[in-house]
Amino acid sequence: MSMMKIFDISGSAVSSQSQRLNVVASNLANVDTVAGPDGKAYKAREVTFQTVLMGTPDGVPGAGVRVSGVSEDQSPGRKVHDPANPSADADGYVTYSNVNAVDEMVNMISASRSYQNNIEVMNTAKTLLMKTLQMGQG
Amino acid sequence: MNRMTNSLDFQAQALTLRAERQRIIAGNIANADTPGYVARDMDFAAALREATGTQAAGSTMTGASATAPGHLVIGSGSTSELGLKYAAPSQTNLDSNTVDMDRERASFVDNSVKYEATLRFINTDVRTMLDAMKSPNQG
Repeated sequence: MSMMKIFDISGSAVSSQSQRLNVVASNLANVDTVAGPDGKAYKAREVTFQTVLMGTPDGVPGAGVRVSGVSEDQSPGRKVHDPANPSADADGYVTYSNVNAVDEMVNMISASRSYQNNIEVMNTAKTLLMKTLQMGQG
Repeated sequence: MNRMTNSLDFQAQALTLRAERQRIIAGNIANADTPGYVARDMDFAAALREATGTQAAGSTMTGASATAPGHLVIGSGSTSELGLKYAAPSQTNLDSNTVDMDRERASFVDNSVKYEATLRFINTDVRTMLDAMKSPNQG
């Protein structure tokens, strides 16, 4: 019953995309975070996807997805001259996180579209399976 | 007896292959954002011909086999026992992912409609056989 495997495949994609959406949410939440007492500001995070084979005893394995890792953007944070800020350094600069809000919004739209796509795949597979169950009844 | 179930056997093979193709396309859609993933698809006509090879050899059934997905590059890429092929990328991508979402969605819908059509053929076959088995005074 290879149709059943579609739920595994699309399910893995949906959970991967929701993890990506989670990371985007934490990046967007920290877009205006300044460096803490340790001098290190929040670094933008990004997930990496990897194909994982979902084996069937016979035939070609299906291709699911998993998040293989979360990497941090190592580029320097945004520096703003603001001597009045309590977090300013000796030269009067405040270090903000290196999150690019535009990048994150694009990432968010892409993740939600992919999420929707996979949900739609599962819905179609479900409809087809229900019709298969009624095979021979009319 | 063989003539009675001939059509049913053929449609059963087609249904299995349709389900298989549905799974492959679902894998492509799932991996739309995976770097380096190469989209795959099945040459349906060839796979069906292989699956029903002995049975459909002399019959007119082969003419009724489903159409091949048009975007396959015949002869390029490697094939496995199911006749799986790699899709040629329509637009190059920096992360070398070759999933074309428009094409995959179109193939997915196309395949679901044909899956349903095959199901309907099976249902009609069954009904025809049941009708033939009925005695005349059963209405």
